[in-house]
Amino acid sequence: MLGLNKKDARLLLIVAGMVLLAPILLNPFPEGSAMAQFNAGYPDLMQRFVIFGIFAIGFNILFGLTGYLSFGHAAFLGAGSYAGMWMLKLLSINVIPAIILSTVVAGIIALCIGWISLRRSGIYFSILTLAFAQMAFALAASVLTPITGGETGLQTNLNDPRIFPEFLGGGSSVDGNIPKPSLFGLEMTDSYELVLGSWEWTFNWGFYLSGLIMLCAFYVAIRIFRSPFGLMLKAVKSNQQRLNYTGLNTKPYMLACFVISGMYAGLAGGLMAAMDPQVGAERMQWTASGEVVLMTILGGAGTLIGPVLGAGLIKYFENIFSKINKATLEVWFGIFPDWMTDLLVTIVYPFIGKGWHLTLGLIFMAIVIFLPGGLVQGGQKLASFARRDRKGGGVEGPAADQRNTPAE
Amino acid sequence: MDQFILQILNGLDKGSAYALIALGLTLIFGTLGVVNFAHGALFMLGAFCAVFFQRLISLSHVVLDETQKDFLGNPLKVNVPYINDWFGPERAATIIDWSVPLAIIFAIPVMILIGVLMERGLIKHFYNRPHADQILVTFGLAIVVQEVIKYYFGANQIPTPAPQALFGSFDFGALIGRDPGAIIYPYWRIIYFLFSALLIGMVFAFLRFTTFGMVVRAGMADRETVGLLGINIDRRFTIMFGVAAAVAGLAGVMYTPINSPNYHMGMDFLVISFVVVVVGGMGSLPGAVLAGFVLGILESFASMREVIELLPGINQIVIYLAAIIILLTRPRGLMGRKGMMEE
Repeated sequence: MLGLNKKDARLLLIVAGMVLLAPILLNPFPEGSAMAQFNAGYPDLMQRFVIFGIFAIGFNILFGLTGYLSFGHAAFLGAGSYAGMWMLKLLSINVIPAIILSTVVAGIIALCIGWISLRRSGIYFSILTLAFAQMAFALAASVLTPITGGETGLQTNLNDPRIFPEFLGGGSSVDGNIPKPSLFGLEMTDSYELVLGSWEWTFNWGFYLSGLIMLCAFYVAIRIFRSPFGLMLKAVKSNQQRLNYTGLNTKPYMLACFVISGMYAGLAGGLMAAMDPQVGAERMQWTASGEVVLMTILGGAGTLIGPVLGAGLIKYFENIFSKINKATLEVWFGIFPDWMTDLLVTIVYPFIGKGWHLTLGLIFMAIVIFLPGGLVQGGQKLASFARRDRKGGGVEGPAADQRNTPAE
Repeated sequence: MDQFILQILNGLDKGSAYALIALGLTLIFGTLGVVNFAHGALFMLGAFCAVFFQRLISLSHVVLDETQKDFLGNPLKVNVPYINDWFGPERAATIIDWSVPLAIIFAIPVMILIGVLMERGLIKHFYNRPHADQILVTFGLAIVVQEVIKYYFGANQIPTPAPQALFGSFDFGALIGRDPGAIIYPYWRIIYFLFSALLIGMVFAFLRFTTFGMVVRAGMADRETVGLLGINIDRRFTIMFGVAAAVAGLAGVMYTPINSPNYHMGMDFLVISFVVVVVGGMGSLPGAVLAGFVLGILESFASMREVIELLPGINQIVIYLAAIIILLTRPRGLMGRKGMMEE
């Protein structure tokens, strides 16, 4: 199907199904129940899942395939966001031109940065990209204020000079409200709410648009992974020197890879601007670059589905896990005797709620130390373990094989 | 001319901090070959050693003071530090006032211990893994350390003033025959610079003039051969990791009066310190120190009003710009050696 082999097609279909049913899957608990706070099926968070999924897929094309660790990907995300915002402000409130321009702008910037950074490899490459991203952040926050809005950032205004206010069903500002980004008249914040018994499901247009784009991005990523081009990138990862000795110039491949990766980040940035039309310089800060590194490693660098999983996990932690407070904990542990409740709350409290970063850091370290292939590798290990149990140790060979090569 | 001298002086204290952190990073890289992203966290831990020490000596118990009355006419409750009971009130007040310099004594063993534990517990297992893995695991460690500190000390900046006696500024202008008041410079920054110069000197002397240092230098040049000679080089490198942690920690302790510590100060310095290390040349100790001071002074020159008017925003990016230019023209950095990190 679509030029994919059976396994990849199945993976794509599973991801597509998950995106399609996400509002239902992410809201498994009935409204008003004690577990309802674990529901992640509200539009804002679901959009973030898929958008950061795109960002992480893009980062993985660079890091997973070539092993070049970029610490400056947030620069492309930010550049994409700014470009998208300007399209929304100047051209039309329709999101399509915004998304296209943000991808193109990020691609051009990635071309410039990659041209210079890729002269070096290893740690030097990491630091060069970091330096460029920090420069972009500092410039966006200070000198480029006319373009970026400086510290206050950019947002859509009522009196923005939209050249085609009514173009392609773009919302008008006649009624005195700031028009919301829309796709041919469908506002991104609009959703259809389905109430079924005590369950409430929100089907949001913005989420489905981002989800559709994420699926396309995912498909392209699969094709890149399976293409001769992807094979060349993997060769760079395993031994670039030998590749050079055989007379191959790896630079164009690397540059193309870097630009593609940057365009993914720009696409994610443009979508972010389209879903929530405001952007500030902090989107470019190096902590944002660090976040996408965390996502990719957590899920499994070099695997196809890993980065998406990692992005979802971190965003879930950030938005749901962090909301648990002491009172909630006391309710949970209420079944134990009082002294034990206090003890348990004291032990667990530093790790949740506001301290979720600590848990994240610990999980991340554990993954790097014990599971270099990320959660995907962990899942494979578990699966092969279960299979071996069932067949009585009959599949030692392939299982041992898989341990060294995290499959895609 | 006055401006010129003032900017050089201004650059020195920031440059000292860069140089100290970069020196520690290079020590770790040169000995163990590990890229330590948690080094900024060590700097931050040092700063919080000062905070912790200050709180420790200010620990107090409540005493009813019969001579003073509160508004209800009851005896006033007064917090009296425990050290009052041991040293008497006047000396205790002096000790609390001088808590930041005194914290050095406290920070050295603590930081060495933290460094050794970190190396034995975590870094040791990463010698044979790719550099990317080392960066990632130490990056994770930095996050964890940061969050633990945030949990115990809160997210706000904690003011830790310098001793009262060192509050003023020194009039450099009068000293070198310029107009008095033209070049003034806070005492504490002078002390910070002198302290870091001393510390850097001590590290170099330790490596140059002691047998231990000689072995470590030999190990940096060729670890395998030194090991074959029957010297336990691993243990010496572990100790060097502890020393590097202590250098970063002391830089943090002394920096607290200049900039009140908060939990993410380490990350802010780390990014620049890496740039410093790369500019100086990966694995070159003099290079790290030189680059630290050069970049510090460069940054302060770029913050001059005249320069900003000419090139707006240059003060924000000058360090990164310098790094990019140096990496592209002198790939090994200012004083980098051949064969270091040339993948």
